[in-house]
Amino acid sequence: MRAGRGPARGGDRAGNRGGSWRGLALQALLLAGLAALAYGAWANAADKLARQGIVAGFGFLERAAGFDLSQSLIPYAAATASYGRACLAGLLNTLLVSGLGIVLASAIGFGLGIARFSPNLILRGIARAYVELFRNVPLLLQLLVWYVAVRVALPEPRDPAAWRDAVFLTQRGLFLPRPDFSDWNALVPGAFGLGLLATLGLARASRRRAARTGRGLPLLGPGLALCLGLPALAWIGLALAGRPVPVAVPLRGPFDIEGGLALQPEFTALLAGLSTYTAAFIAEIVRAGIASVPRGQVEAATALGLSRAKALRLVVLPQALRVILPPLTSQYLTLTKNSSLAVLIGYPDLVHVMMGTVLNQTNQAVEAVTITMAVYLAISLATAAAMNRYNARVVAVGRR
Amino acid sequence: MSVVRAEPVPPSPPPRAVTGPVAWARRNLFSSLGNGLTTLAILLLLAWLVPAALRFLVLDAVWTGESGAACRPEIAGRPVGACWAFVAEKIGYLAYGAYPVPERWRANLFFALTALATGWMLWPGAPRRRLGAAYAFLILPLCAYALLSGAPWLGLATVPTGRWGGLLVTVVVSLVGIVASLPLGILLALGRRSELPVLRLLCTGFIEFWRGVPLITVLFMANVMLPLFLPGDLTVDRLVRPLVGIALFASAYMAEVVRGGLQAVPRGQEEAAAALGLTRPQVLATVVLPQALKVVVPGIVNTMIGLFKDTTLVSIVGISDFIRALEAARADPRWSAPSVPVTAYAFAALVYFAACFAMARYAGFIERRLAAGDRR
Repeated sequence: MRAGRGPARGGDRAGNRGGSWRGLALQALLLAGLAALAYGAWANAADKLARQGIVAGFGFLERAAGFDLSQSLIPYAAATASYGRACLAGLLNTLLVSGLGIVLASAIGFGLGIARFSPNLILRGIARAYVELFRNVPLLLQLLVWYVAVRVALPEPRDPAAWRDAVFLTQRGLFLPRPDFSDWNALVPGAFGLGLLATLGLARASRRRAARTGRGLPLLGPGLALCLGLPALAWIGLALAGRPVPVAVPLRGPFDIEGGLALQPEFTALLAGLSTYTAAFIAEIVRAGIASVPRGQVEAATALGLSRAKALRLVVLPQALRVILPPLTSQYLTLTKNSSLAVLIGYPDLVHVMMGTVLNQTNQAVEAVTITMAVYLAISLATAAAMNRYNARVVAVGRR
Repeated sequence: MSVVRAEPVPPSPPPRAVTGPVAWARRNLFSSLGNGLTTLAILLLLAWLVPAALRFLVLDAVWTGESGAACRPEIAGRPVGACWAFVAEKIGYLAYGAYPVPERWRANLFFALTALATGWMLWPGAPRRRLGAAYAFLILPLCAYALLSGAPWLGLATVPTGRWGGLLVTVVVSLVGIVASLPLGILLALGRRSELPVLRLLCTGFIEFWRGVPLITVLFMANVMLPLFLPGDLTVDRLVRPLVGIALFASAYMAEVVRGGLQAVPRGQEEAAAALGLTRPQVLATVVLPQALKVVVPGIVNTMIGLFKDTTLVSIVGISDFIRALEAARADPRWSAPSVPVTAYAFAALVYFAACFAMARYAGFIERRLAAGDRR
């Protein structure tokens, strides 16, 4: 994108030489052709569906699904849940793995991208090797490696690796104690939310004070105290009030680990694969962004007496972020779309639920494909629209 | 009181070495305490990782053997690393799938023809590049089809696509994706910049639709909906369905790359060509597109890398590409040994890495060349 140029089609407008009837005829022909094609396809599909005895329409979403999901964020009972509920559970699983993947990939990617500018030769080399290795091997193969090859190396379910009889690691997943946060116990996550809000308020106040006096408030210590201390207080308070938070500890059963919070191997493999793969691309974006900041900026910051870390945090990264953000968003979208590879290893995401199980059970091909594609399209277009607004506000202003 | 020094200033110590290995290490590896610790930590990690990988891949590896028994530690009587004997025996299957053995020379000839097209198109100083383009985009696809699926009038027996497999299918899918998506992408990019609103809207919608959905949903769609939309009992070959999906998907990405190139051509070029009396198609074909396409060669190659990696997804919809052939070979009970899965994946990673890394280096080389041209 070049700054200071008109809209992309400006050049063609100038070349319009009044052949408008030809243009109109061409467009009419195009539309007619497409309409004929669409009608033909529709008629053929209707004919074939009628012959197979399939009722078109989205009514099937209310029928009982009758299949179980290995992971669901919402209550889901195989016997009673409808296809619509299965679809929703799949969508939430997609969002869960994408959201966590985005956080992890950003953390690894930014670390690697910054490491490319380290004065340490060997660290630079490692970061470069990581990027080249992970970028140039297909994600599908990497997922197979995480799911098959890494899992084989883990202990068998009968003989788990345990930590204090509370955390277990086997080929069937990672098992953690699960605290029960229903009814009154919801005070604990509530306290965490409150602490987070208070920290955000503190950050705002600090920024305002920094703008006025040049010196902000301490953030890290109070923030941590608020976010961790408040829930701890709520936990202790509940215990003192005679209703301690019950914690379901995983138990070693005769064949497998039972109870507790199970992180399934499908989920973990998908998360690990997605975040390590995308991190390589993010690292390249961050590297290009940092490289785009003029050298003089770093030199001026150093001349002012800022340390390397401070110059990076206060001078380089804020300027690089303008260049980084647009491609970074598109990487986030790519990660979300790539999470559909879940179908390969059996993690119940939207594609696995809709285009796998539901499609096979109901044969409602057109509807299942339409729903799945519409969901991804909606996510993509909404993100693109938000990004465009943000660009118009921040990036364009910064370039003036 | 005297302001003049009475005695000479003591000489400052000589500077520490600024050249030589010690100074180099100090500058690059141990410039500060944190740096030194990082270096040591990484070196410790490498000291643990590199010998382990070397032992697995080379020193403890099994190179020859008749079956999986050779790769079992309890039978071999020593720790066993990678089972290269497995790859050695299955290499034919990994390369050609179930393609009949006496006909495999046809697949080899196809590989050679593809290599010729690739070299012709990618080598910047190649002669007769117009002829090369005609060869790569017209003659090669037709020849490849006749060669691989059979042409009875030429004495080539018919081989159904169900028997194609392995690397052959991966190359076929990539080739079809590139050969179809480049012209289609150029048309779409031109359509997106057209002054006709309907055409512009349709092209924009088409591009944004395919870029907004994951490839795997496109492949599923091609699998279940393509047969539905065709009249009567017309069926589509199992291999052709994902090919259609991949071609449409890749053309949307290619269109965006080409559009970037079109935007980089200064408007004056177009106006000057129009002032010389060239018609609009002439302006596009002789002035705008040659300049636009030259700029986007790195972008096109990067799209090709993505496409090549994405071809692995056809294995999910039941096409026997390289990955699926690998999984099938791995499932052979005769070759069940603990290290076979890791060996198989290491081999596949090596193959894909070599191809993608080479393409990426090529894109970087062209990018530097273009940048050097701009600096004049």
